[in-house]
Amino acid sequence: MNSLIFSTISRLLVGLMLLFSLFLLWRGHNEPGGGFIGGLVAAAGIIVYGLAEGPALMRKLLRFDPRKLVLVGLLMAVGSGILPLLQGDGFLTGMWLFIGATATDKGLALGTPLIFDIGVYLVVVGGVAGMVIAMEEEL
Amino acid sequence: MSVENTPDNVSSGAATQPNSASQSAKLAFGCALITAAAFFLAFLAVIPTVSSGIPWTLNIPWIPRLGVEIAFRIDGLSLLFGLLISGIGILVVLYSFGYFKVHKSHARLQWLLLAFMLAMLGLVSADNIILLFVFWELTTVTSFLLVGFDHENGKARRSALQALLITGGGGLALLVGLIMLGQASDTYLLSEIIAAGSGITAHPQYLIILALILLGAFTKSAQFPFHFWLPNAMAAPSPVSAYLHSATMVKAGIYLMMRLQPSLGGTDAWFYTLSIAGAITAVWSSLMALRQTDMKLMLAWTTVMALGILTLFLASDLRIAALAAVTFMIVHAFYKCALFLSVGNIDKSTGTREIEKLGSLIRHMPITCIAATLAALSMAGFPPFLGFIGKELKYEGALAIADEPWLIVIAAVAANAMMVGIALTFVFRVFLGGKATIDRTPSEVSILMWAGPVILAVAGLTTGIFPDLIAKSILEPAIAEILSERTDVYLSLWHGVNIPLILSIVTVSIGALIFFKFTKVSQLINSAVAKLPVVGDSAYEAVLDRTQHLAQSLTNRLQTGSLSHYLTIVLSVFVLSAAGTMIYNSVNLDLGNVSPVSPLVAFVVVLMIAAAIVIALSTSRLLSICALGIVGSGIAVVFLVFGAIDVAITQLMVETLFVVLIATVLVRLPRFPGEAHPGKAGPLRDAIIAIAAGVVMAVITLGVALAPLDMSVTQFFAENSLTKAYGRNIVNVILVDFRALDTLGEVAVVATAAMAVIALLKVRAHSQGPNS
Repeated sequence: MNSLIFSTISRLLVGLMLLFSLFLLWRGHNEPGGGFIGGLVAAAGIIVYGLAEGPALMRKLLRFDPRKLVLVGLLMAVGSGILPLLQGDGFLTGMWLFIGATATDKGLALGTPLIFDIGVYLVVVGGVAGMVIAMEEEL
Repeated sequence: MSVENTPDNVSSGAATQPNSASQSAKLAFGCALITAAAFFLAFLAVIPTVSSGIPWTLNIPWIPRLGVEIAFRIDGLSLLFGLLISGIGILVVLYSFGYFKVHKSHARLQWLLLAFMLAMLGLVSADNIILLFVFWELTTVTSFLLVGFDHENGKARRSALQALLITGGGGLALLVGLIMLGQASDTYLLSEIIAAGSGITAHPQYLIILALILLGAFTKSAQFPFHFWLPNAMAAPSPVSAYLHSATMVKAGIYLMMRLQPSLGGTDAWFYTLSIAGAITAVWSSLMALRQTDMKLMLAWTTVMALGILTLFLASDLRIAALAAVTFMIVHAFYKCALFLSVGNIDKSTGTREIEKLGSLIRHMPITCIAATLAALSMAGFPPFLGFIGKELKYEGALAIADEPWLIVIAAVAANAMMVGIALTFVFRVFLGGKATIDRTPSEVSILMWAGPVILAVAGLTTGIFPDLIAKSILEPAIAEILSERTDVYLSLWHGVNIPLILSIVTVSIGALIFFKFTKVSQLINSAVAKLPVVGDSAYEAVLDRTQHLAQSLTNRLQTGSLSHYLTIVLSVFVLSAAGTMIYNSVNLDLGNVSPVSPLVAFVVVLMIAAAIVIALSTSRLLSICALGIVGSGIAVVFLVFGAIDVAITQLMVETLFVVLIATVLVRLPRFPGEAHPGKAGPLRDAIIAIAAGVVMAVITLGVALAPLDMSVTQFFAENSLTKAYGRNIVNVILVDFRALDTLGEVAVVATAAMAVIALLKVRAHSQGPNS
């Protein structure tokens, strides 16, 4: 699509949407959001960019082959499940680190569910973007 | 293999020779050999404890709720089979190393032999019947790969498939039979089923269980009418035939019958099924064996015959019959494996297995021929071989079986006489006498290849002269398992002049007659067989053909390639089955509790209905896609109204992406013929189906919503989300923590689907050529 307006806006939009998707991913555990929704928002941003600029630049934006993103995401999700096995818990049991915890406040809670959610995010981004790139390139 | 090959050239310094096996083959060979030897030694080591009546057991829980555990139990019967499998395994692995040497798939064969051996050992030592079935099927699969080893040959592929379909089909019946047996006995442990005794024979489903299990055993052990796959399986290389199709795998069915005899045996149904199938198999296959001119096929048919004899003797629960069966099984394993390997040697050295072309091979291949002669004499049942003891026991057993002794005696004598005929033919026409008409000078094979036949032949001779070597330590505990009681076993060569000895003399006389009139006999059989109606192979062929025709005509009807056709079928079936169920159960919806619809929701719904009508009526694709987006977004709004924010966002995002994806694809597709102006009958029919499907779906949804909702799960998540998983967004906590395994599965589906779509699009682009 050779539209200057669309192209300019899309470049602006994709950055915003990617940032917003990370925001959704991060806050997902406490507010509406999460890896799946964040991944969909990011994929939508990338697709808007792709519609304006074509599949070649879309690939460049992603930096990695979308199939690799999918694979890494899946491995992260599985890995976050294997980690607790090492300390004798069940597969996918949450493991937590409390950074800056005090007696009354748990501080910043980071855990394997976050790794899991990032894995979901990557699978969704890679999967959806990969399908659209393949369609744009091959059809 | 060149004609000038001397045994030395193969056995000495193989590593430096250009014709030595590849590294990967050596690795596979080493693994197979070490495993076989380790198992053999382990089995030897447990002989003292096991034969004193204490089995070796191992139990690891696997699926405890289903009663499935990895349970092994090595008692006398398992030990006997284990020794045969691992002992002959060693010889066959060694033999294969010499036989295949530089063959390009040598490594694959050795790995397959190892896999098969492990499956077979698992089968005979499994104590859980589900585990037993798993190993049973593993032997089927490895056998398929081994029979089809020469996969560039169409005949080998066909034979492999036939073996797979027949034994695999029997395996399915066996699975059902075993599950029913397990449920009827309230345990899946073989040892407990056996210990419970024959109570199962009074169970109302006994006959069904018996039929299903015997179907499995008969297909595996090539009993009439499923016998024909075994001779066809001779497309496999010689060592494979020797190992699978004479010494081990085909005995799996025999093993199962021996094992289950205390539980399922002792009834009329058991007795008549086994004795009739066994007798027909034995006599028919010994006739077939005499028709052949290929030595390997003759051996194959005599194997079927031996399996028939074994089945025949397992029919009765008399001690002497069990003794005859077990002894004959050992005899048979020794001589048949030796003969198969010898025929492999002859084939390798002369390039043919046709009896008419071979003769006086002892001059060129003395070791192979002497070993084969000894094995053949054991097969014919001459003293002082173990085969003689086996044959005497068979006659004694046949005479002792009270109900129908003459059927069994006649079958046994006839089958044995034909074995004598075949053995004499082998010895005097091929090994010691006769005239060769081959165009090369055969030479003796390497030690790897003659060691097996020699060891087995000597084993048949020594155990014949000193039967006490195996009587107390191996036979007695094995028979104790079949009979469920321990009895003393004595074997001896000389029993004095009695009826079995007289029958032996009759057997040898008939056998000699067959030998002298061999050509005439086989002509006679050939002309008789030509008049018989279809049996075995052609029936299999016909069934396979019919199935393919049926599948094809069904596929042609259902898979038209038209999406609207598929949707018509799917939706019609859905409407009819769901509505039918509701009417059949006379479902009443109590609409009194339905809460009033808010104006916002009503507005959204009206909008969605309007959009749906636009989709159905519009001829513009872009318009339809956009209207579809309105429907999806409307649903998102409804979610939002009811407070499911995460679901609403997801729905909205998915809807947006869906519209974009569909638009990308659909806009570029050519217009279908008739898309803009469909036929006259089409729209009305489609509308009826669509509306009916919508109404049924709405009623179902309403019914679900009206059902009382169990809030305990919601409550659990609400209470524990923050305290246990440190998150306030319950939906996300469920997704990534409480039910993360579900999410993992879903993510894996997304990943797989995306990979498949990408791959499909790439394949399509490549098949259209580089320019597209």
